[in-house]
Amino acid sequence: MKRLLWITGALAALALLQWGCSAILLDGPIRQGPYYYQIMILAGINIVLAVSLNLTNGITGQFSIGHAGFFAVGAYVAASVSYYGGPGIRAATAFLPAVGQDTVVLLLALAAAGLAAALAGLLVGIPSLRLRGDYLAIVTLGFGEIIRVVILNVDAVGGARGFVGIPKLSNFFWVYLLVTACVVTVWNVVRSSYGRAFIAIRENEIAAQAMGIDVTRHKVMAFVIGAVFAGMAGCLFGHYTMYLHTNSFTFVKSFEIIIMVAIGGLGSIEGAVLGAIFLTVLPEAFRGFEGYRMIIYSLALILIMIFRPQGMLGQASLFGKKSKGKRK
Amino acid sequence: MESFLQQLINGISLGSIYALVALGYTMVYGVLRLINFAHGDIYMLGAYFGYYLSRLIQGRTPSHLLDAAVVMFLSMLGCALVGIVMERLAYRPVRRASRLTLLIIAIGVSLLIEYSSQVIFGADPKFFPQLIPETQIHMGGLILTNQQIIVLFTALALMVLLNLFIYRTRTGKAMRAVSFNLDAAKLMGINTDQIIALTFALGSALAAAGGILVSINIPGIDPLMGVMTGLKAFVAAVLGGIGNIFGAVLGGLILGLAEVMVSGYGSSTYRDAIAFLILIAILLFKPSGILGKGQVEKV
Amino acid sequence: MTALLELKDAMIRFGGLVAVKDLNFSVNEGELFGLIGPNGAGKTTVFNLITGVYAPTSGTILFDGKPVQGRKPHQICGAGIARTFQNIRLFPDMTVLENVMVSRHMRKTQGLAGAVLRSAAFLREEAEFRTDAMRLLELFQMEKFADEHASNLPYGSQRRLEIARALATKPRLLLLDEPAAGMNPQESADLMRLIRRLRDEFKVSILLVEHNMKVVMGVCERIQVLVHGEGIAVGEPAAIRKDPRVIEAYLGKE
Repeated sequence: MKRLLWITGALAALALLQWGCSAILLDGPIRQGPYYYQIMILAGINIVLAVSLNLTNGITGQFSIGHAGFFAVGAYVAASVSYYGGPGIRAATAFLPAVGQDTVVLLLALAAAGLAAALAGLLVGIPSLRLRGDYLAIVTLGFGEIIRVVILNVDAVGGARGFVGIPKLSNFFWVYLLVTACVVTVWNVVRSSYGRAFIAIRENEIAAQAMGIDVTRHKVMAFVIGAVFAGMAGCLFGHYTMYLHTNSFTFVKSFEIIIMVAIGGLGSIEGAVLGAIFLTVLPEAFRGFEGYRMIIYSLALILIMIFRPQGMLGQASLFGKKSKGKRK
Repeated sequence: MESFLQQLINGISLGSIYALVALGYTMVYGVLRLINFAHGDIYMLGAYFGYYLSRLIQGRTPSHLLDAAVVMFLSMLGCALVGIVMERLAYRPVRRASRLTLLIIAIGVSLLIEYSSQVIFGADPKFFPQLIPETQIHMGGLILTNQQIIVLFTALALMVLLNLFIYRTRTGKAMRAVSFNLDAAKLMGINTDQIIALTFALGSALAAAGGILVSINIPGIDPLMGVMTGLKAFVAAVLGGIGNIFGAVLGGLILGLAEVMVSGYGSSTYRDAIAFLILIAILLFKPSGILGKGQVEKV
Repeated sequence: MTALLELKDAMIRFGGLVAVKDLNFSVNEGELFGLIGPNGAGKTTVFNLITGVYAPTSGTILFDGKPVQGRKPHQICGAGIARTFQNIRLFPDMTVLENVMVSRHMRKTQGLAGAVLRSAAFLREEAEFRTDAMRLLELFQMEKFADEHASNLPYGSQRRLEIARALATKPRLLLLDEPAAGMNPQESADLMRLIRRLRDEFKVSILLVEHNMKVVMGVCERIQVLVHGEGIAVGEPAAIRKDPRVIEAYLGKE
């Protein structure tokens, strides 16, 4: 009952924010409004990507650099659902008002995106999670690139021309609903028996399996959960930009997500959120210096990893009790 | 049949370039257990150094071949220096850190070189000057260019030299010792810092040579040219068995042939995916590579 | 007495090296059993065979009458065999309490959905895991370190934490790999008391590998001697001590 109240409250708050934001930023008095609105949307997408990747990379310790691949799968599958299936779904739900029809289309697209990304995650995860460290990293990168090359060759989703004509269904409300769902899910999973199993695998795989943890199963589980959220982020991304091109999903995007996680602190959920916001907003401050922006990124990444490898926040938690122990 | 032979030659030619770059990956991995993601960017720097050096040197020496040799030598020297600086500044401070940290730093170094190059050299492709005028050689129905032959022989010569260095000199022996066991090598009085720096220098010089040789054949160069080649060379190194010198050469040749055959007889859009498919297959079925030895964590 | 664990002609080969050859021995229900031998005799390899880190090249390993060879380490742990490691393998960045709680994960009844939604049943189970783990820590007098990172514990406590963590899996057979390594005489005396107490209170059988002869002879009821991967003698401590083959293996021929 209490939980239901919370959920209703959160939904209402998000709806209110959505209404407020669009009233002020999109239709309102601020000249730069739409620009700020877009940055908020992109920040939200990046938060989902960073937090979900953090579950695999930071918490379970399985270094994946193919997250953009799942992002791509979700984006393209969802876009196909609403582009090709949209009219049919609308016809079937004609009794609803337009907003209702939009919602149904988007929810179905989201579900398809999550499901497809989960399948992709299984497909990639089951074979490759037998590998460790560097090898796993490079295989996930390979899978990510293969996914991209395959999409590039599918004409139905635009191929090299890009996917045009995706309906604009996503907005602040949906993006931040997903952000909330993702953060709450990862947060709760980490603070559960499953989370302890994930961390144990990161800390010492051999000891973890000797304590009865099915290591492969849990690695795949972490990987798939991460993939599902990345896929859903892809859905909302495509339905906001209304255009998809494989260039948005190269391994440079995967690197970007890793930088967000690493800067925030591997394993820290708050760190991933901050890292994502930081890396979305920072480049905007350097607009006009496009070239220098990535130089600063990479330099910052190197310096942080040399001098503060635990990231901005490290394992410290902004909320909840802090561990007494210090990292060795 | 003739077209097959032609493809074979193209494949070996491409493969020898991959092999040159793969050698650097494999050597660095051998001593530090680090995938130096920035290695492909050194290859790109080699091409750019060659580009600027050519404009200075071309026509100043008695022959075209000498022009090319001087350009290549200086560019290799320049990249060797870059390699040493990179190791000193980015990798040495964290040598004892977790491999994850190293991997992230390597990604950072790679991005840093790429984007700095975009600012310094410009993001647009540049046209590598023709150091050696092209002449065609007809052999039966085959068409070879003198450039192809030069590229192939230079690559082979460099690999032979490297091999002699590693297996015939004291320093080479020290390098093998370091890659076998860093700590033990240190205890035996080997200056491991020096050896690691030297490994980076050698690997980078070979990558630079690769960059220039590629540019002689395919003259368009750009700041991101090292990304794909670097990844593929890494695949070649893994395919052959990472840490193994012969493996890198073998892997490079196999990969080069596979790519040329796929784009020759199949679809060229899938060309870039081939490398990764090979990688995944090899990692799933024989993760230690063709010539590598398996490693098991001791419990 | 019935055999809880039984090795029958267990053999493992790494390349050309036969690390364990035709090994036969059994550990009875409730027994304190020692495995000794010179360095490199293959004692830890035997542990790795029993716990599924390696699959034997040939031979059978019966646990509670059922063959377990070739099964995955987590399955063997689930069947009721838990172990510690010679080179400590804790989860350094987790707290002491969490280290112990990890061992309960395989017995959980609540799924991922329960964890995400924080269902009542899930919260109840988490609380139960916590109380159980805390009780175990109290028994090891480590409750005051519960929220400390495992890596911050002194060496001796890390060894004890490994035992606590293994016990939390609720095993019927506990494998201790050199539990007294690096301990001073006082600590090893405490350890011997602890080992006997564990057997009595938790009704576990204990198989231990140990170099410290005082500990082995003092605590074990039967001992198997391993040399170059082969079992050369088995028996009670007093008999083993006098066995000429054992003396020869340790001291060489006169």
